[in-house]
Amino acid sequence: MHIRSSIFQTACVLAVPCVLCASTYAQQTNPAPQAASIDASIPAPQLLQPAELVQILGSSTGAKPLILQVGSHVLYAEAHVPGSEYVGAGGQESGLQALRDRVKALKHDQFIVLYCGCCPWAKCPNIRPAYQQLVSLGFFHVKVLYLAENFGTNWVSKGYPVAKGR
Amino acid sequence: MGRIRRSHSDLKRIVVLVIGMALLFGLDSARPASAQTQDPAAYGGAPNFSRVDLDHKHVNLSAYRGKVVLLNFWATWCAPCLSEVPRFAEWQQKYGPRGLQVVGVSMDDEEPPVRAFYQKHGLNYPVVMGDETLGELYGGVLGLPVTFLIDRNGKIRFKHEGVTDLEIIKSEIQKLLRRP
Repeated sequence: MHIRSSIFQTACVLAVPCVLCASTYAQQTNPAPQAASIDASIPAPQLLQPAELVQILGSSTGAKPLILQVGSHVLYAEAHVPGSEYVGAGGQESGLQALRDRVKALKHDQFIVLYCGCCPWAKCPNIRPAYQQLVSLGFFHVKVLYLAENFGTNWVSKGYPVAKGR
Repeated sequence: MGRIRRSHSDLKRIVVLVIGMALLFGLDSARPASAQTQDPAAYGGAPNFSRVDLDHKHVNLSAYRGKVVLLNFWATWCAPCLSEVPRFAEWQQKYGPRGLQVVGVSMDDEEPPVRAFYQKHGLNYPVVMGDETLGELYGGVLGLPVTFLIDRNGKIRFKHEGVTDLEIIKSEIQKLLRRP
């Protein structure tokens, strides 16, 4: 009985570091979406999950946002959020100028949703400059669609509504 | 004595089981989520396309039959893509004589930045301009990078989306090059 108890204790002692090491490694290499979404340049409350936008689009009440795609025009032509407009790549000055032009006549309380989805979230060159541009212009009701991998994986593959064309 | 030996044997079994479970549950989820190697059986023949590349030469995918083709959708504004391109050029140099052909499809909206990048980095493989038609032909390229590995018979064998462990792609190329 004493020997069996020792076996159990030894196994537990070995198992704990194994599981801890494995799970730590797992977290480092494959961060949870919530951890990845922590971004100094876009505050977490400004992030909009895809399912939330779908809900907004489907709702018959409430103000509809102006939805702007600030990434690639080619990818927009393949698939985009219905009703969204292509503005220009937020990572390029020409795209930011197009964004400024598009919102010039709008009130600062306009509900705007920005999205890109060209690349994995942390590597997207467009979404942060576009968001910062709107904030610097005084817009305070701006949300950013959080697409962890890309528009295909986090929107189209989920079966959410899609429109095509330029 | 026999009881102690049996207990040691039990201990070994438990330890192996516990370590195995830890590795299974822990390391399985440690694989990069975006490095997706899908079931090759899910793909069929690579859709053919014909375009003019940045050197004004005609690129017809089916003309590469007999070679292993690495078809890479990328863009100059895509940071993960730019870290892959030099490796692809290296592989073209290294494995080209054994039958590898890299083909780049830029999904940039305009050609000038692609041409500038192509010339600056002296890319040693053809690059064509892509569009939504070409993207849809390959099942929808709705995020970059996307890389297809096509075998010598023109069948798509592997597809990778997003940030990918290039060593995996390299080993897949080596495997495909060994096949007739």
